[in-house]
Amino acid sequence: MADVLTAPPETGRRHFEPNYLNERRGILSWLTTLDHKRIGVMYLWSVLLAFLLGGIFAMVVRMELLTPKETIISADAYNKAFTLHGAIMIFLFIIPGIPAALGNFVLPLLIGAKDVAFPRLNLASYYLYVAGALFALASMIFGGVDTGWTFYTPYSTTTTTKVSLLTLGAFILGFSSIFTGVNFIATVHKLRVPGMTWLKMPLFIWGIYATAIIQVLATPVLGITLLLIVIERVWKVGIFDPALGGDPVLFQHFFWFYSHPAVYIMILPGMAIISEVIPTFSKKTIFGYKAIAYSSVAIAFISFLVWGHHMFTSGQSDLATAVFSFLTFLVAIPSAIKVFNWLATMYRGSIDLKAPMIYAIMFLLLFAIGGLTGIFLGTISVDVHLHDTYFVVAHFHYVMMGGTVIAFLAGLHYWWPKMFGRMYSESWARPAALLIFVGFNMTFLAQFVLGSRGMPRRYYNYLEQFQPLHVFSTIGSWVLALGLFMVAGYLLASLRKPYDAPANPWGGKTLEWTTASPPITHNFERTPVLTHGPYDYSPQEIGR
Amino acid sequence: MNRLRSLMMPAPGSSYAAEVDNLYMLIFWINVIFFLLIAGLLSYFVWRYRRRRPDEVTPHISHNFKLEVIWSVIPLIIVVVIFFLGFQSYMNARIGPGEALEIQVRGKRWVWEFEYPDGMRTLNEIYIPVNRPVRLIMSSEDVIHSFFVPSFRVKMDVLPNRYTDLWFHPTEEGVHTLLCTEYCGRGHSDMLGQIHVVSEAKFREWQGQGDERTRAMPLAELGKLLYESRGCVSCHSLDGSRREGPSFKGIYGETHAMRDGTSVLVDENYIRESILMPQAKIRSGYEAIMPTYQGLLRERELAALIEFIKTQK
Repeated sequence: MADVLTAPPETGRRHFEPNYLNERRGILSWLTTLDHKRIGVMYLWSVLLAFLLGGIFAMVVRMELLTPKETIISADAYNKAFTLHGAIMIFLFIIPGIPAALGNFVLPLLIGAKDVAFPRLNLASYYLYVAGALFALASMIFGGVDTGWTFYTPYSTTTTTKVSLLTLGAFILGFSSIFTGVNFIATVHKLRVPGMTWLKMPLFIWGIYATAIIQVLATPVLGITLLLIVIERVWKVGIFDPALGGDPVLFQHFFWFYSHPAVYIMILPGMAIISEVIPTFSKKTIFGYKAIAYSSVAIAFISFLVWGHHMFTSGQSDLATAVFSFLTFLVAIPSAIKVFNWLATMYRGSIDLKAPMIYAIMFLLLFAIGGLTGIFLGTISVDVHLHDTYFVVAHFHYVMMGGTVIAFLAGLHYWWPKMFGRMYSESWARPAALLIFVGFNMTFLAQFVLGSRGMPRRYYNYLEQFQPLHVFSTIGSWVLALGLFMVAGYLLASLRKPYDAPANPWGGKTLEWTTASPPITHNFERTPVLTHGPYDYSPQEIGR
Repeated sequence: MNRLRSLMMPAPGSSYAAEVDNLYMLIFWINVIFFLLIAGLLSYFVWRYRRRRPDEVTPHISHNFKLEVIWSVIPLIIVVVIFFLGFQSYMNARIGPGEALEIQVRGKRWVWEFEYPDGMRTLNEIYIPVNRPVRLIMSSEDVIHSFFVPSFRVKMDVLPNRYTDLWFHPTEEGVHTLLCTEYCGRGHSDMLGQIHVVSEAKFREWQGQGDERTRAMPLAELGKLLYESRGCVSCHSLDGSRREGPSFKGIYGETHAMRDGTSVLVDENYIRESILMPQAKIRSGYEAIMPTYQGLLRERELAALIEFIKTQK
């Protein structure tokens, strides 16, 4: 590996060299920073905190489901627990997780820029995130919310729990997400290093760019919808509640018009990370660059046209149902293309099973299951049986957790040395990854069977015949949690060491590896010059 | 094959179930093949192309047009075929036969109420004759519910501002579970019902006089059954704990303060009135949310419930 190190570690001396972490000190220097890297780091700790909180709710939910009837909490508490698990994980962790935390840090580095296009907007987005999180926290402290993260009307407009607080929180978080999106679009358009044409951008940029477009176009619809709920609750204007003359199914259309594209806000950045990790650890050119880049954009586009597949049993017209089903199948194709491209990239590569690559491989397996089981749900007649059962719960956890969260872990392990200048323990990383893989599959594979057999989701109490599988799933969640705590342990432990990460620990070809780990405040000593493409690992072109 | 299916899906109870199951199994096998393909190639590549030396040189393979077209078009063809199969069987489920037994369904937190064409009403259970199509016309009195019978493979949301409908053709005699699958609050997971599919003769007999099992039951036992099946259990506990309504524990013989300042002795007549006209007297500290059971209980069933409440010491 020695040949790829551009800056060999000289730990003793480098400790005193200025970098973005130590150049300015004190809490104020962080709270007022305009440095995308520092904002990314603040986002990172915040989303990880949200992940911990959402995870605690998940463990409570799984624990309660160990037995039918009451295990540890009442039905009301259970309903609040699964609502907060969903709302926190989605709005506070997964949506900002990759773009705002990892993306903020590496996006400018990957295109050779000093910062994002609008550094103040970037900081504003972080403060909006914090404000939104505080609203969500307030809704919890003042009694919680029991609507499910989907806020379906008229339940959400008539329940006495703190819906207005949580929806206002989600509304503010939406603006945070829009700010990030606008910023990234401008950054990608205007701040690429000279010579980096669109087709020479790393694929991570393509993925984040496609995500940003969805964030900017779809999130306002969620904002308006949530505001309408608050208006209906506070001023009794009939919009969604039939008792006031509204239409509850209208809410579902509005909600899913955002929330389905939002699924791609969550998964596209995950795919973007995988497109970086696999070539680096296979030491090989990415296969089908254009196919991966364009399929991200295709996914972003089609994602706006499939929201009705959440509503096959809602009473929408049969024609609408058929059209949405068909479009849903179309969106499967770009995802399938990506999986084949990643596999082909590994073909004849030089595969190094370091932690990021282990997570990338885990992503391929789990995302394949998540994607393939989506075929059941796109098929109308089969979906009618599976809709709102544990099958759906298992499916979206395979995509969201098996896909996005595992990709987030891949990215975190990949860029950790760049972000903090330290290497983590590879020998702890492997058993932790194994625990996560085993625990995850135990937890959610069982839920496919539960759902097919007719176990509805959001059930506090359940028929006795379902208990064995629920017990299995709950035990799996403990294994999964143990694995995740191990990751937290060795990553945090690495921060206690002096800087020991070389500039390019993995032999990557993208620009972030050409500067020091951690980078200096202005990212690069001088504007980088592109000498090769992002995936130029091979000396010569070999014909098809 | 069939054993695998019966592991994953509940026993089929309607003519339509087999259609869904066949499609389910078809997709299952397509999934298995594709997963094995992906996982197999992945494992092989990881092993075969593992890094042996740090300076290994890899070939530059940027793309392969033919291969990429193949792996785009084959999945596309497969999913389009699956789409048509799913659409076709869905339409079979939507368009029912003309001659069906029509039953009105009303969902309310957290009970299912049924009304037969002859005006008979039941709660949380219906009797239907085997091998005769049934059409349900459904609406909700409060929030959205969803009517799901796993063994029939049917599901439809029940909305507060419009009718939705659903039909099925039961082929298996026996009891089929009905579940609510749209989250509706505290009692969501207890909003269950039973669909008794019986022979035509038994169906007529039941229409006349209720089912034979309950006719022979002692009053208190019948009362317990009704307490569990007619929705009382969602709001009234037996152990003294407070839910939407007062607990039944030790309630008989007590004197309760009412909301309007009067007080009432809990005796047979008061219980009867509270079941049939729940809005007449509201106990202080509780909301007037209980629906009326007027016309929903036979005279003997009323007596049974009162007897059951009396036995809760």
